[in-house]
Amino acid sequence: MQLKSKDLLGIRELDGEEIELILDTAESFREISTRAVKKVPTLRGRTIVSLFLEPSTRTRVSFELAGKRLSADVVNISARASAVAKGECLKDTAKTIEAMNADLVVMRHSAAGAPHFLAKLIECGVINAGDGAHEHPTQALLDLFTIKERLGKIEGLQVVVIGDIAHSRVARSNILALTKLGARVTVVGPPTLIPMGIGEMGCEVSYDLDTVLGQADVVYALRIQLERQTETLFPSLREYAALFGLNEERAGRLKKNALIMHPGPMNRGIEITAEVADLPQSVVTDQVANGVAVRMAILYLLIGGGEGA
Amino acid sequence: MPDVLIRGGRVINPANKTDAVLDVLVEDGKVKMVKKDISVKSADVIDASGLIVCPGLIDMHVHLREPGREDEETIASGTRAAVKGGFTAVACMPNTDPVVDNASVIELILERAQNEGVAHVLPVGAITKGLKGEELSEMGELIRVGAVAFSDDGNSVMNAEVMRRALEYSVMLDALIIVHAEDMNLSGRGQMNEGFYSTLLGLKGVPVAAEEIMIARDMILAEMIEARVHITHVSTAGSVRLIRQAKERGVRVTCEATPHHLVLTEALLESYDTNYKVNPPLRTEVDVLALREGLKEGTIDAIASDHAPHALHEKEREFDYAPFGIVGLETTLPLMLTELVESGELSYTQLIEKLSCNPARILGLEAGSLSVGSPANVTVFDPKVKVKVDVSSFESKSRNSPLSGWELIGMAKYVLVDGKLVLRDGRVA
Repeated sequence: MQLKSKDLLGIRELDGEEIELILDTAESFREISTRAVKKVPTLRGRTIVSLFLEPSTRTRVSFELAGKRLSADVVNISARASAVAKGECLKDTAKTIEAMNADLVVMRHSAAGAPHFLAKLIECGVINAGDGAHEHPTQALLDLFTIKERLGKIEGLQVVVIGDIAHSRVARSNILALTKLGARVTVVGPPTLIPMGIGEMGCEVSYDLDTVLGQADVVYALRIQLERQTETLFPSLREYAALFGLNEERAGRLKKNALIMHPGPMNRGIEITAEVADLPQSVVTDQVANGVAVRMAILYLLIGGGEGA
Repeated sequence: MPDVLIRGGRVINPANKTDAVLDVLVEDGKVKMVKKDISVKSADVIDASGLIVCPGLIDMHVHLREPGREDEETIASGTRAAVKGGFTAVACMPNTDPVVDNASVIELILERAQNEGVAHVLPVGAITKGLKGEELSEMGELIRVGAVAFSDDGNSVMNAEVMRRALEYSVMLDALIIVHAEDMNLSGRGQMNEGFYSTLLGLKGVPVAAEEIMIARDMILAEMIEARVHITHVSTAGSVRLIRQAKERGVRVTCEATPHHLVLTEALLESYDTNYKVNPPLRTEVDVLALREGLKEGTIDAIASDHAPHALHEKEREFDYAPFGIVGLETTLPLMLTELVESGELSYTQLIEKLSCNPARILGLEAGSLSVGSPANVTVFDPKVKVKVDVSSFESKSRNSPLSGWELIGMAKYVLVDGKLVLRDGRVA
């Protein structure tokens, strides 16, 4: 079985079978990263352009490691050190990449839909590594991988996603991915951070963390961006932490095996306290480790083409 | 200029309730005779059998981009696009560079229109200097040199006190204020209608309240001051309701909707195609139905394109960075014939009222009629011909239409501007 598209633009474009395929493939790649020599020749001779037009550390590094462990040549283009900083438009950047015969472009952009725009301009595949408040499909896939690894399944789980749903691509991709595999998702936050019509994406909405905490198999805290306070989306970080922060008292009321997740980077003391972040149920570092395996799987499925492996 | 005889067309002149197969004779730039079987010795004869002959269409909301962005449109190209689309007159909005807030810019526009234009150009002056919403422009002076109305289109007059004074001042001049209704705090950096689709697509939303709050405010001000206002590009069901209620109370308000808001919905933005990016944004099916209902019952007086040309390189960008706007001069008539008349929602007469008689009345023009003695601004269109929208054949300099490739029914065949044949068999003279 293969993925249906040359691109991975969002979870929305994937069906449940494709998601399962990526997770299963990632399982077989995970072991490579534990070897002394962390490299296989699968993508030797392939060129991956990593086009990060918005700052990112973990996603960019994760993709770069994934590519390198598969022996692909990975070239980084970042906004500040490129023609983009000189005002080049995305269309011309795309033409340039095309002319260099890249096999795949991994793109991070602050504008929603930018990877879709790019994918229409170039022949080679495009992976969306996060576009504005739209989607971050590889993050959702590594989150699912982590949940499945710890809890053995996705179907039937109750997942609570807490925080700034309105501005979160992680929330959108996770809602779509989790519900496609049969989990039930509840988003929790102040109404100012819950976007209009989110329920139509297939999740429940709550404004009261404490009433939904007890049933959760997974609690997923989102990063709160500090500038939202000045946009009058909530009165203070103190009040946000009091109403929606994951603290020890709340963690104590979770089911025994419930997982605590966060996409990083964490604001310790705001959406999650330092103590909770370091609890054994917290799988934040597993998420990071699994990110490499999941991205290796995606690169392989998109440009592996049955050669090598 | 030779006399023109338009022979055997179905003449629809809502001004005197004519709807019959008649001949129209145009002499010295005026309608000379409208009756059966006119015979003349020498005239330019147009065979209009099977075609509809009506008063020249008037698009009361366009952007001609001159002065300032002549790469996107000029008065020459914009009026050619107008004529191609069946319009004999266009009202052009003042958000040019420089802004139409002083007499010299109006004089420039009218001079260019005189020398290079093929349709009538009716300049709309700015309500406030620089469209900044702070100080009133010299409305008296602007009217003296030819402004037909005032608007800060593109911007809202956010300060209610400034709007109050503008409306008061307009009463003295019997001037029309055209309201672009948008609470710019609520719309913020919004890219599309706020709702399920903006959430799904991760694009910042513009709530319907951004438009409706300003309409409500300006209805209250217009009622208090007894001023005349026209709401441009109405896009929501709530706006239609507010305007209907205001009309029932006797507020002196008129309004218009655009073809795209009458046909397209926000769901089309799933493609992230920036040709759907427009302000106000495309709304929901419910809003489209309410606009059509408003049009039928007469709450919505007119249809205007909000023709907004943009350079290709500016539209071919990330959605967040692309400018708002759709070109419409060359697709309005066919789209409305297809969507409103072919579907049975409006009669030909009603459509002609929305595109000619009512804009003329709202702007106070001696137009919108084919009665004997009127200036010979005449549109002749084929109501049944099938056309495929081909943006590369546009007379407009810009191509930002979401209708590329659409199969439509109907198109303009002949247009006379003050008796001069400027569109002949679908080609601009």
